[in-house]
Amino acid sequence: MNMFIHLVLMLAMPPLLLGVINKTKALFAGRKGPPLLQSYYDLIKLARKSVVISRTTTWIFIAAPVVTLTSIAMAGLLVPLGPFGAPVSFTGDLILFAYLLAVGRFFTTAAALDTGSSFEGMGAAREVTFACLSEPILFFALLVLARISGSLALGDLLHAPLDAGGQGDIASLVLVAIGLFILLLAENSRIPVDDPNTHLELTMIHEVMVLDHSGPLLGLILYGASIKLFVIGAVLLHVLFPFQSGSALLDWGVFVAEMLGVAVAVGVVESTMARLQMRHVPYLLIAAILFCAFGFVLLVR
Amino acid sequence: MNSPLNALLVVVLALNLFALGTSRLVTVIKIVSLQGVLLGLMPLMIEEHVEWESLLAMGGTILLKGAVIPWMMMRAIREVEIRREMEPLIGFLPSMLLGALATGLALLFSKSLPLASEHTAPLLVPASLATIFVGFILLTTRAKAITQVMGYLVLENGIYIFGLLLLGVIPLMVELGVLLDLFVAIFIICIMVNHINQAFSSLDTRRLSELKE
Repeated sequence: MNMFIHLVLMLAMPPLLLGVINKTKALFAGRKGPPLLQSYYDLIKLARKSVVISRTTTWIFIAAPVVTLTSIAMAGLLVPLGPFGAPVSFTGDLILFAYLLAVGRFFTTAAALDTGSSFEGMGAAREVTFACLSEPILFFALLVLARISGSLALGDLLHAPLDAGGQGDIASLVLVAIGLFILLLAENSRIPVDDPNTHLELTMIHEVMVLDHSGPLLGLILYGASIKLFVIGAVLLHVLFPFQSGSALLDWGVFVAEMLGVAVAVGVVESTMARLQMRHVPYLLIAAILFCAFGFVLLVR
Repeated sequence: MNSPLNALLVVVLALNLFALGTSRLVTVIKIVSLQGVLLGLMPLMIEEHVEWESLLAMGGTILLKGAVIPWMMMRAIREVEIRREMEPLIGFLPSMLLGALATGLALLFSKSLPLASEHTAPLLVPASLATIFVGFILLTTRAKAITQVMGYLVLENGIYIFGLLLLGVIPLMVELGVLLDLFVAIFIICIMVNHINQAFSSLDTRRLSELKE
């Protein structure tokens, strides 16, 4: 039953998060904003459109959105939601989790290069450059959690904050939470790192890579991106609000509320911060790596 | 009892790094004032039963470091019209890494210090050493007088963290005296900054060594 709810939430809820973020931003700007379900309408609209494919592209261009979506969804199966277990869990699956994210990224960038457009090549280069810095954040964060829990399976490791409370643990968890929040913003190309709304090719990272995709393929990419937000948000929630009441229904409710809270937080950050200059983005990511690394030093010292 | 204190202390350490990494003066002022407020809250987590005297000192710290000093600094930068630190001696990223290195070393070395046993578990000593060092980095590598004042404040925050070890032993009068000293120092510096700006039409301290009629 819990596994079923996990699947339903993971597949159905992500576009709602985008809606919540946009609504929060609209409230800050004093606008009414698009309806909460706008992302669902967008996806349906895109699914009914026809596809235009450039003659220079190869099969990678079509495969990429599918592979990206699948790999993110598989990564989502490894992450437990709230206090419940993950559908798939085995020792060492944190490596698989990190590399599923990397496979998705690899295919997105490969498809961007496949179009032969110089703009998309630039976007791909930026995406990969920043990924070099965002992956250590994830690994250090997971390392800290693995150290606290003494387990190498994501299912147990992410539940470590639930029963933590030892001397240095909370201090490291605070650091890891800061690091993971920056990771969430960077991986999902949200504002201090990248602006999801901009359509100026020279400054974009993620959006510029998918310029040539259209119709259902673009829909798959948008859907995959929203699932990524959901999955990394679920990882963050484990560290930020470890909560277990005992009643399954209440726990699911709390989880959904927390997830919406993360979306609101992202919206608030986007409304109150300006985008960083491209050359300043590595500072932020390195700071996040340092926080997670400190968290680890605190544990082992 | 130590865990919430440690959580606050690592936030202070994180704020240190953000202060080193940003070039906007307003952001630095906000970061340092937030740090001051967090420090002001710490005695609550250390003492088991809070007396009105320490509450008074806490309120004074929070009011001064969180509101009065930031207000004076904001006023000062509004009057001299500077927004950013342009040419630090060491760049923002290297100074951030230097600060991170200092924090890491402080964490590792504070274990080998001969401390009283009740002082080893909380991160007070490493956090204070790291904050003092970050204050020194800000003081020595930034060229603008205002940023150097922020460095001085961070340094003072580090010393304050160290002083938390002696909480309950320091009399109220001494604590209030320290706060008054800090207030007067910042007050005078803000006036001086204005005068330096009028005399040299710049706040770059490197130009203060030039002789001028």
